[in-house]
Amino acid sequence: MALSIPTDRIPLFKSLLHLVMLYPLVNLYIDAFADRLGADPVDAVIHFTGMGAINCLLISLLISPLAKTFKLGFLIHFRRMIGLYAFVYALCHVLNFLFFEVQFDLTLFIGEIFQRPYITVGMGAFVLLLSLALTSSAKIRRKMKKNWQTLHNFTYLVALLGVVHFYWSVKSDISEPLVYFALYGALMAFRHDRLKRWSKRLRLW
Amino acid sequence: MLIKSTHKNATKEHQITDEKIYYGRREMLKNMGFLGVGTLLGGGANAGVFDLFSRDEERPSVFQRDDLTYKPEGQALEELTPESKIISHNNFYEFGAQKNQPAELSQGFKVDPWKLAISGEVEKPLILDYDDLYSSFDLEERIYRLRCVEAWSMVVPWIGFSLADLVKKAKPTSKANYLAFETLYDPEQMIGQRNRRLGGGINYPYLEGLRIDEAMNPLALMSVGLYGKTLPPQNGAPIRLVVPWKYGFKSIKSVVGIKFVEKQPPTTWNILAANEYGFYANVNPKVDHPRWSQASERRITTGGIFDQNRIDTQPFNGYGEQVASLYSGMNLRKYY
Repeated sequence: MALSIPTDRIPLFKSLLHLVMLYPLVNLYIDAFADRLGADPVDAVIHFTGMGAINCLLISLLISPLAKTFKLGFLIHFRRMIGLYAFVYALCHVLNFLFFEVQFDLTLFIGEIFQRPYITVGMGAFVLLLSLALTSSAKIRRKMKKNWQTLHNFTYLVALLGVVHFYWSVKSDISEPLVYFALYGALMAFRHDRLKRWSKRLRLW
Repeated sequence: MLIKSTHKNATKEHQITDEKIYYGRREMLKNMGFLGVGTLLGGGANAGVFDLFSRDEERPSVFQRDDLTYKPEGQALEELTPESKIISHNNFYEFGAQKNQPAELSQGFKVDPWKLAISGEVEKPLILDYDDLYSSFDLEERIYRLRCVEAWSMVVPWIGFSLADLVKKAKPTSKANYLAFETLYDPEQMIGQRNRRLGGGINYPYLEGLRIDEAMNPLALMSVGLYGKTLPPQNGAPIRLVVPWKYGFKSIKSVVGIKFVEKQPPTTWNILAANEYGFYANVNPKVDHPRWSQASERRITTGGIFDQNRIDTQPFNGYGEQVASLYSGMNLRKYY
């Protein structure tokens, strides 16, 4: 099945996508301010934005397998935007932690980042994601030439670290993180040729 | 002229109000209360990939809570956490591991008949049935801080009786060094016990324990109510332990057994992750959980996201004066 949309309609679909991505976030904060998020709104906003970031990352990784398998080339137009929303959600996640959880106690904030391995991993993922977001424009992409692709291959690592961070933060029941590991594995299976090539170069096996 | 009785009692009102009106009003308030909780829970911010399957599994009407007769504590020194939050934000994995689940999945819980068995190294083993829980001891209100090991806290007006009174009644023998507590095991009623995912991957029944001198401390409370009424299931109906100087997971809910034993009994969270949860679990800002700081906590109060204040955590949750002597000479880093 080959499906396509006219090029001049892409901006319209992008606007719709913005709405789809922003609506849950705006809704979340309205509920949070109005005390409609259960007894612990802080925990709720942190969890929601964290899951939002991971979900966006995995969706962005789904785009190219979908486009290739079902010949849906137009989907590629939306990949960067979804990746950038992964960053937006991750940024909200980090800021929620800083503003509402540790409440601007910078010593505590920095201490937690370095003392708690699961937060270290999460912050590592965020810093990588930040570098991807900052270099996402077409202009920078042209300037960076081949290096751009090398840098942006780190998306795979960001998604892995994100899922590890989630798995590690869970108190006892790990079934939900395991589902995410499985989804990640499935998405990476589409890229096994590429992964094989890299592992050869790195002499991993 | 209004002459106020010095002995205030919350249940006196029904003696002067026509019963029909009284119960009608209670029914209305109850319905309003349920609406309130329902709206809170409808937020969906905790929605995960599994919520599709769990949302509507069980949604019976609201659990019936009765008014209690008790001695009020008087003025609270700290702002109380609103009742709607105390009864909608619970760690009670027997009814689901998400904070909002116990309130949603426990409303059909049957607490009458109930049997709480006191056994083991005692001269007078006894069984308290449902009515005994409320009539064997004088009930009093105790306003305690509750500090969860997850670094959030509440202030709760509990109603109950001293665990020490119960211990004295059972007459422990010289071999009784510890108390082993057990929660009801009833997978038919407790969805978390029959569904490993909902139950957070814990092996049930939930077990807890105290040293006997801890149990004899006047602060240790057997609670049967909060905010003037019997406990709702999500808070551990019909009877639960409250040890305010320890992390919340020590305060075992829906207790069916208290066994006096010679050796330190196994406890659920300690079995699950011994490096994270110790037997003692005294609130201690200096000993961090391996995955987060215990130096401060978020107090859950009224209001939205900007009203959630972070405050310093106190050693023994601020009850050091009453309990620190229990642990003199102990290395609290080792016995966390």
